[in-house]
Amino acid sequence: MSDQQTASFASAHEALNDPAFIETLRKQMVGFASLQLNDPHLAEDAVQEALIGALKNAGAFGGKAALKTWIFAILKNKIADILRSRSRMIEASSLLREDEEDEDFAALFDAHGHWTREDQPERWDHPEGALQQQQFWRIFEACLERLPPQQARIFMMREFVELETDEICQAVGMTQNNLFVSLHRSRLRLRECLENNWFTEGAQP
Amino acid sequence: MMSCQQATRLMSESRERPLQLKEKMALKTHLLICAGCRNFDTQISFLRQATRAFAKGKNDIDPTP
Repeated sequence: MSDQQTASFASAHEALNDPAFIETLRKQMVGFASLQLNDPHLAEDAVQEALIGALKNAGAFGGKAALKTWIFAILKNKIADILRSRSRMIEASSLLREDEEDEDFAALFDAHGHWTREDQPERWDHPEGALQQQQFWRIFEACLERLPPQQARIFMMREFVELETDEICQAVGMTQNNLFVSLHRSRLRLRECLENNWFTEGAQP
Repeated sequence: MMSCQQATRLMSESRERPLQLKEKMALKTHLLICAGCRNFDTQISFLRQATRAFAKGKNDIDPTP
């Protein structure tokens, strides 16, 4: 749908009251928002809010030819707001989980901060050999999938994509220290997962 | 004396930033007497090696009898 097509409506107000017009427009907006936000629910919400905003202000809008451009501008602002508040949300939620996770990982160490007997890392016999085994890779993948989503994302950025730490901090909007903590937790989890499910499989307790 | 909890954190961090001399020395001293942490050190290196191999598609192994 181009701005030329919207020109067939007598006014912006009329266009915005035409169900077919709205539906086509809505689909385009959702497509656009989904690309930016990577989250279908957030995308739908952003589009809803943008359309409500447009309907409220349609009376004030004179230029029908630029209607679509105008509505997309409203949408872009909504998306920008969401992205800005989201990086704050990620920080907040990771802070909220911090206490929980600290408890999980505190269980690995005793009151003096030493490894407990059960959780102390054991010696892995020729780990490089595991890289040649399909079954190892299945378990490796399963262990990666068990990481909490935010941790997984950061771990991938560092270890897959091999981004520098300041690049990750900028992209995600977190402090360097929080990044170190996140990577450390991922490594603790993955190491433990691999040890329990591959390297000491069948070993005597 | 550095605890294992501190040592593991430092070992992780050493993969992201260079350690200061005093950090290196404290860690080395701890590793001399702690097998668990020595294993941890080797194992997170392996973890990095495995993850990078995974990223490069080296996990696609042909099944051999």
